[in-house]
Amino acid sequence: MKLLIKGGSAVFPEEMKVKKVDILVENGVITGIGPGLEAAGARVIEADGKYVCPGLIDMHVHLREPGFEHKESIATGTRAAARGGFTAVACMPNTKPVADNAAVVRFILERAAAEGVVNVYPIAAITKGSKGEEITEMADLKEAGAVAVSDDGLPVQDAGVMRRAMQYAAMLQLPVIPHCENKSLAADGVMHEGFQSTVLGLPGIPAAAEEVMVARDIILAENTGCHVHIAHISTAGSVELVRQAKKKGVKVTCEVTPHHFTLTHEMVNGYNTNTKVNPPLRTREDVEAVKEGLADGTIDVIATDHAPHTVEEKNVEYQYAPFGLVGLETAVGLVFTELVETGVLTVPQAIAKLTINPARVLAVPGGRLDVGERADITIIDPQAGEIINPDDFASKGRNTPFTGRRLKGLPVMTVVNGKIVMEDRRLTV
Amino acid sequence: MAVLKSNHMLGLQHVPPEDIITILDTASAMKDIICRKIKKVPTLRGRTVVTLFYENSTRTKTSFDLAGKYLSADTVGLSASTSSVQKGESLIDTARTVEAMGADVVVLRHPAAGAAEILAKNVKCSVINAGDGIHEHPTQALLDMFTIKEYKKSFKGLKVTIVGDILHSRVARSNIWGLTKLGAEVSVVGPATLLPPEIEKLGVKVYTDLEEALAGADVINVLRIQLERQKQGLFPSLREYSRLYGINNRRLKAAKEDVLVIHPGPMNRGVEIVSEVADSSRAAINEQVTNGVAVRMALLYLLTGGEKVETAN
Repeated sequence: MKLLIKGGSAVFPEEMKVKKVDILVENGVITGIGPGLEAAGARVIEADGKYVCPGLIDMHVHLREPGFEHKESIATGTRAAARGGFTAVACMPNTKPVADNAAVVRFILERAAAEGVVNVYPIAAITKGSKGEEITEMADLKEAGAVAVSDDGLPVQDAGVMRRAMQYAAMLQLPVIPHCENKSLAADGVMHEGFQSTVLGLPGIPAAAEEVMVARDIILAENTGCHVHIAHISTAGSVELVRQAKKKGVKVTCEVTPHHFTLTHEMVNGYNTNTKVNPPLRTREDVEAVKEGLADGTIDVIATDHAPHTVEEKNVEYQYAPFGLVGLETAVGLVFTELVETGVLTVPQAIAKLTINPARVLAVPGGRLDVGERADITIIDPQAGEIINPDDFASKGRNTPFTGRRLKGLPVMTVVNGKIVMEDRRLTV
Repeated sequence: MAVLKSNHMLGLQHVPPEDIITILDTASAMKDIICRKIKKVPTLRGRTVVTLFYENSTRTKTSFDLAGKYLSADTVGLSASTSSVQKGESLIDTARTVEAMGADVVVLRHPAAGAAEILAKNVKCSVINAGDGIHEHPTQALLDMFTIKEYKKSFKGLKVTIVGDILHSRVARSNIWGLTKLGAEVSVVGPATLLPPEIEKLGVKVYTDLEEALAGADVINVLRIQLERQKQGLFPSLREYSRLYGINNRRLKAAKEDVLVIHPGPMNRGVEIVSEVADSSRAAINEQVTNGVAVRMALLYLLTGGEKVETAN
């Protein structure tokens, strides 16, 4: 099958450039990039006024399979990704059983091959059972296909264990992705500790709970030479710690979620449990600091932390609801509406954080438009608008805090391995 | 036309000052009923009040029960340990069940903040928050205010100091909202580990030194210190707590001569308050209990469509 994408503005994140060129795809590979391309028998896709990007990569997703298929499955989670413009996702290991051994990693890859519609890169656990005690068989996990190790959701509290994990992961060139949260500081907190938690009477999670762990893991990264990629950074203090560490040359990268660059803890008013997420929604100052970090390059990656839960699980008292919200199908719109439209990031800067940067962190293919590259392509229409309605989601999860919000700038086509999986906001698979 | 802005009482944060005044005025008429020999009027005959308690409480539950009964409402109590809650039924389902049985008012006590608000969004009957986590306890604050009004007449410029575990106190939060709306000057004092972040943004003065906080106080609201907080490491010992924040006659010297001491109960005598104060004429702790019934009668009456009561004073 041949695809000829004509007249679009192709985004080259490595060069930070946008060029008006056509792109030819044959047999799942990009075979031509240039002006005025022609190809007999190709399906022509008119992309005038649209951005033709390397396939977007979401490096922080919870696909929930195995074990929590009532929340999401590899089939539905990858469809949500496709609908959201992502051609690849990296999935977190807090499944049941935990992805702490090669068998689970292989299971995920097999299911993804059989039922998935985008590329899936498993992230394995740092410790066995994610208990924070003994490190996993990382060599075996890497061989099975794990691209990184993480303690997402169940952060390693013991600094000695984390240091050994980093030493070991560094030996294998596996990035470590810490969820930075000190449990004794976070305690039973359910939202950001501050004025809003005081008014609402909800236990708070102080910014310090994140920041002391960011500081610890930066020190350990420096100490071990391990590449540490800090998951879902959320506070001004964390951004500054990473900024300083990068200046010192520490091998540290980090990501932010769309909800953390868009929403504040004021959203929790009314106890809508779809605002309950970990790390919690922070203050306006934190949101501004995160945007600064995005603009100056301190924050390398935009990732969703897509965390589906059922309506029943979420429709309870705020303190009893699980943490997490879905993000795959709203991410691109939020990036364009909140960051591009407002001038925080240029289009190539924004796209780099969704493509080449995560590809580099995880050392996975993709992230660039180039002849010979796998044809993972996302087309974004900066003029397309939509009001978010969770009923439209391909994900099983409806837990979004963005219901009713207007987005401008949406993915209109997702091509995975040369195959169109989403067109005009609708799945084709 | 409803007298109050909302047909729920979820917290004083969203209650306009004029509604607080209406409730306090109505409570005054209700108190007259309680003080009669025959404490029963037919006002709420045929109305049903269900108390839904997910936390242990004797005084608040009894107070609501009696308030309903004095007004001739049918009152039914459901506690989490004896209901289908034990079988895993959700709060919303339980409330809908109660409503389907014909409840006009559901009184909810729940350990999770926001529970009453969630309930109100899911049922059509009136919801009264009888304490939700550490969020609000509006009827306690209303009875505190009613008591204060009885003794001090006006709230304007009145110096009220709330002492103790402000962080975990729904009573403190509701009192702050209510008192500041009616013009009182509210201070809070307690150990730094028990003061909620940015509480000063609610328009209160914040102290860690008791003497400073009590200087010139017209009213002292002494909060119960929960012994489990010590086990959580939030303060080192009851001994030190009592030494720094315990209310005794010597400490009261910093306050005004005619200072009023109130306490939401139950008291830890000898810890946050000593008996010489609790049992003195400056304290109105038993009066508060009586007033609690009056305030709850007023709320039940107003929320079920009762007319505003004009009072002489």
